[in-house]
Amino acid sequence: MKLSMLTPISVTLAALVGAQAQAADMPSREEMWRIIQRQQHEIETLKRQQQSTEEKVEATGEVLDSLQTAAPASGTVYTELGAKHGPFEHGKAGKTVVGGYGELHYNNLDTDSGNKKEIDFHRAILFLGHQFSDDIRFFSEIEYEHADTSANGAVELEQAYLEFDLNDRHSARAGLFLVPVGFLNETHEPPGFYGVERNPVETNIIPTTWWVGGAALKGELAPGWGYDLAVHEGLDTGAASNYAVRSGRQKTSEADASDLAATGRIKWTGIAGVEVAASVQYQQDVTQGQDAGAGNAWLYEAHTDIRRGRFGLRALYALWDLDGSGPASVGADEQKGFYIEPSFKVTPKLGLFARYNQWDNRAGNGSDSEKKEYQIGLSYWPHPDVVLKADYQTQDNENSSTEEDGFNLGVGYQF
Amino acid sequence: MNRLLLLVALLGLLPAHLVARGTYQTPDEFLTGVFDGQVPGPRVLWLTGERKAAAKKILGHSYPSLRVRYWMRDARSAWILEEIGKDMPITFGVVIENGRLAQIKVLVFRESRGAEIRHPFFTEQFEGAALDRELALDRPIDGISGATLSVRAMKKIAALALYLDTQAQLQHVTPSP
Repeated sequence: MKLSMLTPISVTLAALVGAQAQAADMPSREEMWRIIQRQQHEIETLKRQQQSTEEKVEATGEVLDSLQTAAPASGTVYTELGAKHGPFEHGKAGKTVVGGYGELHYNNLDTDSGNKKEIDFHRAILFLGHQFSDDIRFFSEIEYEHADTSANGAVELEQAYLEFDLNDRHSARAGLFLVPVGFLNETHEPPGFYGVERNPVETNIIPTTWWVGGAALKGELAPGWGYDLAVHEGLDTGAASNYAVRSGRQKTSEADASDLAATGRIKWTGIAGVEVAASVQYQQDVTQGQDAGAGNAWLYEAHTDIRRGRFGLRALYALWDLDGSGPASVGADEQKGFYIEPSFKVTPKLGLFARYNQWDNRAGNGSDSEKKEYQIGLSYWPHPDVVLKADYQTQDNENSSTEEDGFNLGVGYQF
Repeated sequence: MNRLLLLVALLGLLPAHLVARGTYQTPDEFLTGVFDGQVPGPRVLWLTGERKAAAKKILGHSYPSLRVRYWMRDARSAWILEEIGKDMPITFGVVIENGRLAQIKVLVFRESRGAEIRHPFFTEQFEGAALDRELALDRPIDGISGATLSVRAMKKIAALALYLDTQAQLQHVTPSP
């Protein structure tokens, strides 16, 4: 036999010897059957253990849910969980809420009397509210202005009212509340509006922030149609302030109620991102009967707010019509203003705006009292409830000596 | 003044709805409508680990419960979830179908303002919404002036329900025989 034939034969013989050796190491069929049965038993045991663990976990969850449905300690802010539909069912009596907002401003403005550089914690507000029952609640707003009452500051009660639900669409209020007019008068948390300072039209013409003591109704007439009706203390202005409406706010501080005022508002929000509203107010005597030369007063206000995607547009017009020779003598029989404010959200956290403001508290005569202000600026929200603001303003007033041009910086928060 | 007093009296006589003010639909009614009367038994999703972190990212705060109940049949899931608007929680009912938001409703509204979010002109913006990679809604939602916090609450709940649905779908893997 040739050597060349021996090699394949020897390889084959070696393989056969190896296979036989391996076959001798494998468990027998009986052994394999026992292994399989043992493994099956272990699987069944593990399944039962897993099911038991799941049942324990489920039971633990049920206990947690039942604990969290227990009534809370009196006076605490709580969460309450409903057992059936979980996680919670709120709105029960005994809930007290705390909230607030505030803003710090830096103003750097050139005026006729020099450069005005100022840092001011303009306002810090504390909200306190309490739910007496499902239908009766209390809400209050205390404001600390300009940080120190011994300097330029003040502490004011801006809201304190009880609200009663008449039914599921209408409610009544009694106490101290904000007049339902304009944008900022009711909603003025810093993250919610552009500009470091509140716009001068609403500040001087509405006049924001304007709160009164009285009674009010509010509600919904139809989907997207809201209304407000209020009877409340009126303004008490006079010749000393040229019948300026802002100086007539009594702030419900032993307010003269000789002549009450009535305010009505209708608001439409029937399209997402769109609001259109109009307010009217009437007061029989804007000086509370103290000035024979003054008479009744009407306020007319209308506004719209449109937000579509990244774009926003806000516009407002307000007009006071003051009767009587007194206001007419100084041109205050007509006090009016308007503004328009386009805006753009560069990102969800960064917004740009521009605003043109025009207002005049003595528009009834030819005095140089009309003011115009141009503004551009930005807001940055590192968190939806925190805002950093910067803006530049320039004024073009009929009386140029009253102009204030420069920039403002601000930081604000709400919670 | 007399006319105003008369108006107050008339408003007080307006027919009150049978449910308490702000309860527009009970959870039972909502689920019955979603599943055509054949409401499946509730299931539970535990919010632990990655789910807990994701819920916190969506809401901006921890979800105040270890578990969430939901109802599911095939590719449709229903969720009853709550989120604070300004001061009080709003109860929402959300339906997710094939990974997209099919319906969102305000079931109970407890705040004194912002209830306009319950109307179809606002809620229909959410229909068909899905989540993007950042666990946010894949579309902008136009708000309602004066109801910013209520709008924010609804957007958070919509995103949360979409996320929880993905987790619930993963949870229901049919075991091999």
